[in-house]
This record gives sequence, structure tokens and C-alpha cells, in this order.
Amino acid sequence: MLEIITIEENQSQLLQISGEIDASNSVELDEAMQKAFRSGHKHILVDGEKLEYISSAGLGVFMSYLEDFKEENISFKIYGLNARVFEVFKILGLDQLIPIYPDKTAATSA
Amino acid sequence: MSHALKLYCQTSSLAELRKFIQIELQETGISDALQLQLTLAVEEVCANLIIHSHNCDATEHITVDVIKSTQTITFEIIDDGNAFNLLEYQVPDLQTVMDAKRKGGLGIILIKKIMDKIEFISNGSTNTCRLTKKISS
Repeated sequence: MLEIITIEENQSQLLQISGEIDASNSVELDEAMQKAFRSGHKHILVDGEKLEYISSAGLGVFMSYLEDFKEENISFKIYGLNARVFEVFKILGLDQLIPIYPDKTAATSA
Repeated sequence: MSHALKLYCQTSSLAELRKFIQIELQETGISDALQLQLTLAVEEVCANLIIHSHNCDATEHITVDVIKSTQTITFEIIDDGNAFNLLEYQVPDLQTVMDAKRKGGLGIILIKKIMDKIEFISNGSTNTCRLTKKISS
């Protein structure tokens, strides 16, 4: 079960992700990311507080946009990941490529 | 002790697989973080097989067997599709994946980083991918 809510706030696109991302639904994440990328906003934030699980299919979606964000000067940040999910980002080394913050305040003030 | 799950080759089966692995692991005493990682490694193998070897054909199935001992947990993923030996797969560099804007290739990196031992046995008609994790210190 996956739910992605897109919110426009303070000139940024916020994606609130709840549930589990795997190969059966990563296309939904891809569509939300594509929409955020094309929205023209220079800040994209992902609220991962309610993200319970993510497989390589979902991680691959995040990865596939990093070059586009760099080219378009878009800042991309993730916050609120629980320890178990954050560990998966770390195993892959994604914490070195994506700025990840403990909470929204830290993400928006960084 | 060993328990097996018959998994039909559709990506919607992956949630059922996670539930099965979680139930199998919950009394092993290993941490929540490691339980999630082992679940992830097994799912990555199964997702690869379902998508690439079985083309998401829900009439076909794979079998996942969990064998627990005091020192190790072993997962055997058995199928009869086209053999996909992940040991022979060239693990991509993370930077290469990012530069190419690719979405694939990360699963195998995860499997290799999470598991202690990966074996692949093919007898021509049946393929077995065996993943082992040491759990005793």
C-alpha cells in the first residue's frame, strides 16, 4: 500500500510518502517525481516519516532524477526517514548522494 | 526448521513475500533493521526473477524456503525460469547508475552488501539461489 500526496508550499514541492514502495508501485513514485520535476519549483522535499519500506525499485527512482536535478539547479532533500529505512539508504551509499535530514525543520533550514 | 512459500510471478505478490519473511524472522531475535534488510535482499532476488525470468506471468511461480539454525538463516529461492545467475552479474558502480539516469541495477548491490554468502545452483531445469546470513556473533 502506497500513498503519495503532493503539496505546494513556500515555493517548494513537498511529496508526503506513506507505506511501502516496491516493484509493483514504484511507477507511482516515478510519476510524482516527474510531476515535481516539471513543476518549475527549485526545491523538492520528500517527507519520508511514514515510509515503511523501500526496495531498489523505489531507490532507483530517486537515483534516476539526481542528474536532472543537478542540471536544473533543483535542490532535492529527504527528511524523517525511520532508522530502518535510513539504514537501507546508507547500505547503498545514497546518503552520500542525497541530502537526508532527521526532520522538516532541519531540512528547510539547511 | 524450514518453511516454504509458493509465490506467483506477479509484482503484487511481493507484499505477500514480505509478510511471510517478516513472520519467519520475528522470533529469531535479530534486530528490526536486519529483519528489514534480509526481507529486502530476498525480495530483490524474487523481483528480478518475476520480472526478468518469468515476465510477470502469474501462472508461473517461484518457491521461497527459509531455513533457520542457531547460527545462520538461509533463504532458498527456487524457480524453473531462464537461469539468472546474479553471481555472474557485473555490479554497477553507483555513480555510473546515477550518471546514466538508470533505475535498475541497485537490487544486486543491495543483495551483495546485505548477505554473507550467495550461491547459485542450476541443474538445467531448476535454479536455486541460496542466500545465507550469519546471525550468531
